[in-house]
Amino acid sequence: MSELNKAMIEQYRNSFLSEVEANVEEGEWVKMCMQCGVCSGSCPLGKHWAHPPQEIFMMIRAGKRDEVLTSDSMWMCTSCYNCIVRCPRELPITHIMHGLATYARKLGLVPQNQPTAKFAEIFWNNMMKKGRVNELKLGLSLYFKDGFGPGIKEALRNKDLGMKMMKAKRMAASEFFGGHGVKDVSGLQKMIKKAQELEDARMKKFD
Amino acid sequence: MSEVAEKKYAAYICTGCGIGDRLDAGELEQTASRDGRMNLVKQHEMLCNKEGVQMIRDDIANEGVTHAVIIACSRRAKVEAFDINDIAMTRCNIREGVIWARPDTDEAKETTQEMANDYIRMSCGEIKQMNKPSPSGQQGRNPNVLVVGGGVTGMTAALEAAEAGYSVHLVEKTGALGGHVAKLHKRVPFKAAPVGTPNSPDANLPMPEDTGIADMISAVEGNDNIKVYLNSTITKTSGAPGRFSVDISTESGDTTTENIGSIVQATGFKLYDPENLPEFNYAGSPDIVTNLEMEELANAAGDGPIKRPSDGKEVTSVLFVQDAGQNSSDEDRLPYDSGIGDLVSIKQALYFKHHNGDGCDTTICYNNLRTPGAPGEDFYRSGQKNGVIFTKSDVKEIVPGDSLTVKMHDKILDDDAEVKVDLVVLDLGMVPNSGPDPYAANEALEGMTDEERAEELEAQEAHAADETSVKVESILNLDYRQGTDLPHLKHGFTDSHFICFPYETRRTGIYAAGPVRRPMDIRQAMDDATGAAMKAIQEIENAAQGRAAHPRVGDLSYPTFRKEGCTQCKRCTVECPFGAIDEDEERYPQYNEARCRRCGTCMGACPVRVISFENYSVNTVGAQIKECDIPEEWDEKPRILVLACENDAYPALDQAAISGVEISPWARVIPVRCLGSTSLSWVTDALNNGYDGIIMMGCKRGDDYQCHFVRGSAMANERMAKVGDTLESLNLEPERVVVEEVAITDIDRAPQLIQDMADTIEKIGLSPFKF
Ligand code: SF4
Ligand code: SF4
Ligand code: SF4
Ligand code: SF4
Repeated sequence: MSELNKAMIEQYRNSFLSEVEANVEEGEWVKMCMQCGVCSGSCPLGKHWAHPPQEIFMMIRAGKRDEVLTSDSMWMCTSCYNCIVRCPRELPITHIMHGLATYARKLGLVPQNQPTAKFAEIFWNNMMKKGRVNELKLGLSLYFKDGFGPGIKEALRNKDLGMKMMKAKRMAASEFFGGHGVKDVSGLQKMIKKAQELEDARMKKFD
Repeated sequence: MSEVAEKKYAAYICTGCGIGDRLDAGELEQTASRDGRMNLVKQHEMLCNKEGVQMIRDDIANEGVTHAVIIACSRRAKVEAFDINDIAMTRCNIREGVIWARPDTDEAKETTQEMANDYIRMSCGEIKQMNKPSPSGQQGRNPNVLVVGGGVTGMTAALEAAEAGYSVHLVEKTGALGGHVAKLHKRVPFKAAPVGTPNSPDANLPMPEDTGIADMISAVEGNDNIKVYLNSTITKTSGAPGRFSVDISTESGDTTTENIGSIVQATGFKLYDPENLPEFNYAGSPDIVTNLEMEELANAAGDGPIKRPSDGKEVTSVLFVQDAGQNSSDEDRLPYDSGIGDLVSIKQALYFKHHNGDGCDTTICYNNLRTPGAPGEDFYRSGQKNGVIFTKSDVKEIVPGDSLTVKMHDKILDDDAEVKVDLVVLDLGMVPNSGPDPYAANEALEGMTDEERAEELEAQEAHAADETSVKVESILNLDYRQGTDLPHLKHGFTDSHFICFPYETRRTGIYAAGPVRRPMDIRQAMDDATGAAMKAIQEIENAAQGRAAHPRVGDLSYPTFRKEGCTQCKRCTVECPFGAIDEDEERYPQYNEARCRRCGTCMGACPVRVISFENYSVNTVGAQIKECDIPEEWDEKPRILVLACENDAYPALDQAAISGVEISPWARVIPVRCLGSTSLSWVTDALNNGYDGIIMMGCKRGDDYQCHFVRGSAMANERMAKVGDTLESLNLEPERVVVEEVAITDIDRAPQLIQDMADTIEKIGLSPFKF
């Protein structure tokens, strides 16, 4: 954290903005925001967040690195695209929100017990195993994410839905044991790993 | 040729446009010949066509007609067809004024015909008091334009006038042409990005560009039609448009006198004094600079980085304080905003990105970011694209030190912050370089009690007498009775009608352009200069022919006064909004026709009614008031006199009629040149004659006035404050006389005001003065 604090002193400077520009997907757009507030006004959830998009972008320019990257606001974005459609400056706001979330995760700054962050983690791990999403396991790991007791409760609550899905062949119990995957799972995993290496190499150091 | 001098009156009745269907033309003819005592009365089915106009022309040539009444449409319609100025002529409006203003019903028929008959009587009365206007003989054509100020505005005006074939005398106070612009490193770009430029962060957007001032200076210096006077000022301006005599003096005291046709004043601006802003500590550190000093720093940088003044260190961070001392309600700060400071700061921030590299932090603390003009939004994006940080924040204080500490409040994040930077640039406002306002002393007195007035006058005199007190230097040194310079409107900017004729100042033939008129940037100043140069040229030609300038363009009539009656009260000299009247050696008013705008304010002001125009006078309107038939009390037909300003109220009533808005049949509307020309005697006469109500309709007055003659409407309003005494002495209700502000767009409201008066009369009863 000490390094983060050091970065924070440089307020209203280009330092954090440049970092976002270099390391965050679509980050180079942030400087083009004209602070009209249309995005925040359009976001169905923004008013419940600590920092709706307009504010996040101003905080980036104000150099509030710590507050931005540890915020849970970008994790709350539902990708409804209202903001993108309305932004007069055509910023890809949704993508920036997700880009910020990804970057924060890379730096290990995700707020603890942030449910959407946790879900994203589960989803990713689930998918990486076989190269496709195993819905049964995804559902179960989601139920049991907060421990065994609450997991059982959650599973029982949803059992009717589960039975129906099985009947309609939308879900198969056999998937629990291994489940099917893509043809070349290890090839895919290698590919993703390489991509991540490339991405990490591209990241600029800013502290 | 004795019969030529004989007067012959003719009336021409048009029966076209439905006039013949709605009215009894025979009766109209009878009214004109019997009541109006016209020598010749003719009807025509379409008077404005070639044949109709030819009929009038033939009568002038063959019958010796010297005075004509055209009984047809409004004076604002068919102006070209009835452009008859070799005789005295007036228009009697029975189309817009009568048939279009009244419903086509059986009940309305009688009052509609009465209305038309009345208007004919009135116009016939009027024409007998009129004479053909002709130029005074004072005029001459002088093709020389004087341009005061050699900055970008003055030089543009000079080049434009010279290119149109006029010779220009360009006077510059300093030793070089170019003004502020010559000191700039670059200018804000003139052009927007091409259409279709995307919104992306890597779009190709406009950047600061060369000022172009060097080329302009050499164009001026190389132009044979332009004579440049450096280190020179104007020490005396006398005369009038077309015959100004101007003394141009150099610093060393050499004076040349030039004959000048018209003048463009392009004296520009100076920056607001930053020493008045203690919180920004301008005096506390050489690294706190003004927006003009910033340009010098950029120029000094050459190809290298911009350095801070204190120790020559390369600047790595700079912060711009927008609107410093502007938009303020504090007494000694600017109550307005120059409006261009944000563009300037974006430009200067980009200097740093260019000279000191992308790593140089540039922060613009704005309040309301405004980037007017064609390239404005693109230039804003250009700044953003290049990494200029914009923050909506209030800068509270700048603390000097090794690096400067800027204390501010971020208004979006509602957060206090302290930023350390190498350099701070203050965006200071533009203060006009005007001469002293001739009316400043009067304005200070407005609304004061007698005691306060005496005190204020004493203070003003003491200030004038005190040799150590700071006095604004005159620029034009006019030897007019009403002051040495152009009157101001607000905050020292030159007064001009902001909607209709922005270059036309309150001194005819002298045109203000550039930031002395209102804050503006280079691009706008160049457009402004072109406009002013065109007006200067137009005035040279108008003055040569004795024609009026805006708004009575081309009017040949001008005011004269009857010396025998004049009491030397000086009301005319003082009230003329355009300073047209001087005083002769015997202290009588001396009219300068070429300075006069023909508003008639002097005429309305004269208590002994000795001022008149050939075709407009106390008598021309007085006759109209008198000739209107006032029905007996038991007829229960009230008469409402409407004195309507020709510029706005009268066209509003015309437009109402055209749009089918009904006008009360009791109204009798008389157009006046300006409400300022209204004589108190018209009101008194009308009341004595038995009119039941009087409405005076003029333009908006006050700081945001719309009066075409600037002060006319205000003067009328002041004068009419005395009407109360008249009403009281006649024992009449005060509601019978009202003064209203009417705009040209008031097409529903103007007729409604008349209806309101009709309702009032119904309530309080008819006037007892009907006999
Ligand atoms: S996409 Fe995200 S940030 Fe944009 S409006 Fe929807 S929820 Fe809000
Ligand atoms: S709508 Fe676009 S320009 Fe406006 S505040 Fe949001 S991101 Fe910025
Ligand atoms: S008051 Fe009007 S009409 Fe009279 S001199 Fe002045 S400008 Fe001319
Ligand atoms: S207002 Fe009339 S009386 Fe007074 S100075 Fe002028 S002309 Fe003479």
